[in-house]
Amino acid sequence: MGRRPFFRRQKTCPFSGPTAPKIDYKDIKLLQRFISERGKIVPSRISAVSAKKQRALSQAIKRARVLALLPYLIK
Amino acid sequence: MPNYENVYLARPDVSAQQVEALTERFTQIVAEQGGKVTKNEYWGLRSLSYRIRKNRKAHYSLLNIDAPPAAVKELERNMRINEDVIRYLTVQVEALEEGPSAMMQSKGSRDDRPRGGRRRDRDREDEYDPAERAAREAAAREPREPRAEVTE
Repeated sequence: MGRRPFFRRQKTCPFSGPTAPKIDYKDIKLLQRFISERGKIVPSRISAVSAKKQRALSQAIKRARVLALLPYLIK
Repeated sequence: MPNYENVYLARPDVSAQQVEALTERFTQIVAEQGGKVTKNEYWGLRSLSYRIRKNRKAHYSLLNIDAPPAAVKELERNMRINEDVIRYLTVQVEALEEGPSAMMQSKGSRDDRPRGGRRRDRDREDEYDPAERAAREAAAREPREPRAEVTE
């Protein structure tokens, strides 16, 4: 069997585990780590957030956008 | 009764006292409908991520509410009517959080970091330095002193 030329490290969801932060639309500092430079929500395949947490996360980011805590887009 | 969190944004040209009065009025409205505001937080005048009704800043306030749905409906109706309120968001939550929210915490730490954090480190260095520096200088002085004497 041909081995892959590169080794992909095992990624774990940043919102699982005992010390995981709570997803909250008021916690902008946390949410900011999951939006791109343009203000888009970072896909979970890049941020390694689990599907369930990604749904909660995108909900929180959208709520923060309504309150103008986060931008809809950065020009 | 269900729990709600309500955040509203007030126009930037009203004073902090007026925002306080607004919060009081909204608290009263909730109370009249048989509910209770368990906590209110004033986040201060924050800059918005985008302009809302030509405003670049707004006063943010958070209300934690334990009230029947009718009270929230009445509260939102009043917020729509009030021209000082430029935006509001009400969400239902499983449990109301006690103590300061993430916003207040990050605000506190942000204030600490540029002001307290670094300066404290500096202060600490200054405090520690006299003792450490004395030892360091004592060690440094020995080779340095003869040199100083030579140059003088």
